[in-house]
Amino acid sequence: MSAIFGKKERTTLIDPLFNNNPIALQILGICSALAVTTKLDKAIVMAISLTIVTAFSNLSISLIRNLVPTNVRIIIQLTIIASLVIIADQILKAFVPAISKQLSVFVGLIITNCIVMGRAEAYAMQNPPWESFLDGIGNGLGYSMILIILGFFRELFGSGKILGYTVLKTINEGGWYNPNGLLLMAPGALFIIAILIWLLRVWKPEQQEKE
Amino acid sequence: MQREGSLYTVIFTTVLCGICSILVASAAVGLKERQQINQILDRQHKILLVSGLVSHSEKLSREGIQKKFKENIDTRLVNFETGDYATDIPVETFDPKRALKDPNLSKKAPPNLAGLVDIPKYGFVYFVKRQGQIDEIILPIQGRGLWSMLYGYLALDKDLNTVRGIIFYEHGETPGLGGEIENPRWCQLWRGRKVYDSAGEVKLSVIKGQAGTVDADPHHVDGLSGATMTSRGVTNLIHFWLSDSGYGKYIKNKKQQGSL
Repeated sequence: MSAIFGKKERTTLIDPLFNNNPIALQILGICSALAVTTKLDKAIVMAISLTIVTAFSNLSISLIRNLVPTNVRIIIQLTIIASLVIIADQILKAFVPAISKQLSVFVGLIITNCIVMGRAEAYAMQNPPWESFLDGIGNGLGYSMILIILGFFRELFGSGKILGYTVLKTINEGGWYNPNGLLLMAPGALFIIAILIWLLRVWKPEQQEKE
Repeated sequence: MQREGSLYTVIFTTVLCGICSILVASAAVGLKERQQINQILDRQHKILLVSGLVSHSEKLSREGIQKKFKENIDTRLVNFETGDYATDIPVETFDPKRALKDPNLSKKAPPNLAGLVDIPKYGFVYFVKRQGQIDEIILPIQGRGLWSMLYGYLALDKDLNTVRGIIFYEHGETPGLGGEIENPRWCQLWRGRKVYDSAGEVKLSVIKGQAGTVDADPHHVDGLSGATMTSRGVTNLIHFWLSDSGYGKYIKNKKQQGSL
């Protein structure tokens, strides 16, 4: 417990990006990764919301970790997470109404996102607040990275656009590009996630599962 | 006090829930006004878009939307049963969604293909004025698509038969497939199509494949490829709201009277 931002803290923050990615290695949070990545802007707002929620849920749970009665700890964690998610949802509705409408129910479903619960139970219950906060940010970033890659490819090849700006002019709009409808459906995202996991495991063979 | 004791657990949980509810409640109450304004502005913006007073590429400030709406749009309420204006209900405070919960303001919908169970007894009409004259009217429409309810507006010419525009502002259809009901290019195809045939039947439909030109094929609109169910939903909701269950009686009345 020396530096505010020593080696340990840095590992906590960076590790979930490649070495211990919540989606690619822990296979958590797949459901929202499939649901909200048809467009890049949705993916970005979702990624930011989840990062903030994970960070603050980790922080607050870590602060009270020595007071929580063990037999009801999961319920306590859920109560805190649910409150944070509702607040995030209200803020989105008030300040970015258009995107909040598109994300609709999925912001609410952050509550059930395994990453948030998983980090609260596995990390924040055992570690001090500052590390827990960083762990939340790190895992949020790991999730964000995958979401943004998914959103980029799905919007580009599914609708020929990036952030709503036309890149490949589709036939519907009078251009030449025949958009790939599969990418707009959930299975399309699953293929991209699979490819990402494959690439990551070629780069870091230690992540490969033993037979 | 023991950390594992029942009393401690109860006290801890109660205190935590109290704190959380205060936080949630203050966020909800504190931001409510802003959210409601957003919603009203969004509706007003969509009405301006469908009326053609504002183009899709135009960026308007919040004040810009309010000002344009106030200057160019008049709002009235129609009683679906009598087909005339409702005089006993204030236009400003009527909320169709809330009306569904009030048995005095809503009723069971007749059997329909548009997936509607309860409908309000009253509905908005918006008059679009150009040079002080009523130029078109806008009717709210809604009905079931494949996954979700579709909410939109239909703009009709002052002849109450020719479509001037259509827009969907809320739906949960698959982006890129059914979600293409939002595509301005597709909405553009509706312009000039006729709702009723010479016998007064609702004929306007979304068909599979391509429809002819406006003159040759006035009652049909191109289907959305890969979105047959959503297209069918749009047809059904148009048929419902422009028939006697919806605005049909009002439109007939006004056609007979010869003026709005």
